[in-house]
Amino acid sequence: MSLVTDAAAAVCLLLGAFFSFSAGVGVVRFDNLFARVHVVAKPQVLGMLLLLTGVALRLQDRSSVTMLVLVAIFQLMTSPVAAHMVGSAGLRTGKVEPEFLEMDDGGR
Amino acid sequence: MTGTDPERPWRDRARRITALWPTMVMGAALWVLLWGDLSWANVLAGVALGALVALAFPLPPIGAAGTLRPGPLAHLVGRFVSDLVVASFQVAWTAVRPGPTPRGGLVPVPLRSTSDLFIATTAGLSSMVPGTVVVDLDRAGSTLRLHVLDLAGSGGPDGVRESVRALEERLLRAFATRADLVRLGLAEPAGGPAATPGKEGQP
Repeated sequence: MSLVTDAAAAVCLLLGAFFSFSAGVGVVRFDNLFARVHVVAKPQVLGMLLLLTGVALRLQDRSSVTMLVLVAIFQLMTSPVAAHMVGSAGLRTGKVEPEFLEMDDGGR
Repeated sequence: MTGTDPERPWRDRARRITALWPTMVMGAALWVLLWGDLSWANVLAGVALGALVALAFPLPPIGAAGTLRPGPLAHLVGRFVSDLVVASFQVAWTAVRPGPTPRGGLVPVPLRSTSDLFIATTAGLSSMVPGTVVVDLDRAGSTLRLHVLDLAGSGGPDGVRESVRALEERLLRAFATRADLVRLGLAEPAGGPAATPGKEGQP
């Protein structure tokens, strides 16, 4: 039993670390604001959730697990808002290269 | 604000505080989770904090969802989790693979729903489906402006519009009232498909 949960915890922690790492790589490597926002909105969230799951599987005590659940809920609630705020601030202050706007009349 | 009774101001105040009960219940639940210990002191402190937050930072009402259908809700949640995993793998791979940043673009997506609640939830969820992030939101025209990381890889602007509208449909099927579904052309009216079939559903 404890071997199974330990293995599952290890998989979660490693995958979570990979996603968090790739988020960091993306922020450094991508060349424009919106691409960086994508990285912050997705692999970072899943990496965080996987790390929390791994920690919960290792700790297995009720008060720590409830705390981890709270962290996960707030992460899911705030991360899209944060991504949206950065993106719309970039759009409104003209920090976006004009060639990224050319698809904009697709719906007209 | 309506029905103020000058004779009995306490009744008005009591009504305003009882209207806060969802926030109080949430506050109590959060506080108990935070301390990891279910006790009367924690529950009461959570209720008090919930009321305090709701009174100190009042927000405009967003409107309630109509109903809750367990089947479509399970569909929505299942697709959301699988989309989150797929999206994360895509973006992670795009970040670490060699080569330049893929060509992205902004795509406006008109939504069916006009309710603030459904627009906001669709926006939040679509920030996590593969390849898109909400950049701007036109509330009057209920149109989202999405940025797509890899426009060619996501099926072009039409593919993006298609997938976001499918997401909105899953959300509406899980929570919207039957009358709303009929009005938006997602369900047949109760008396069969008699009235103006397919008129409202046109994009």
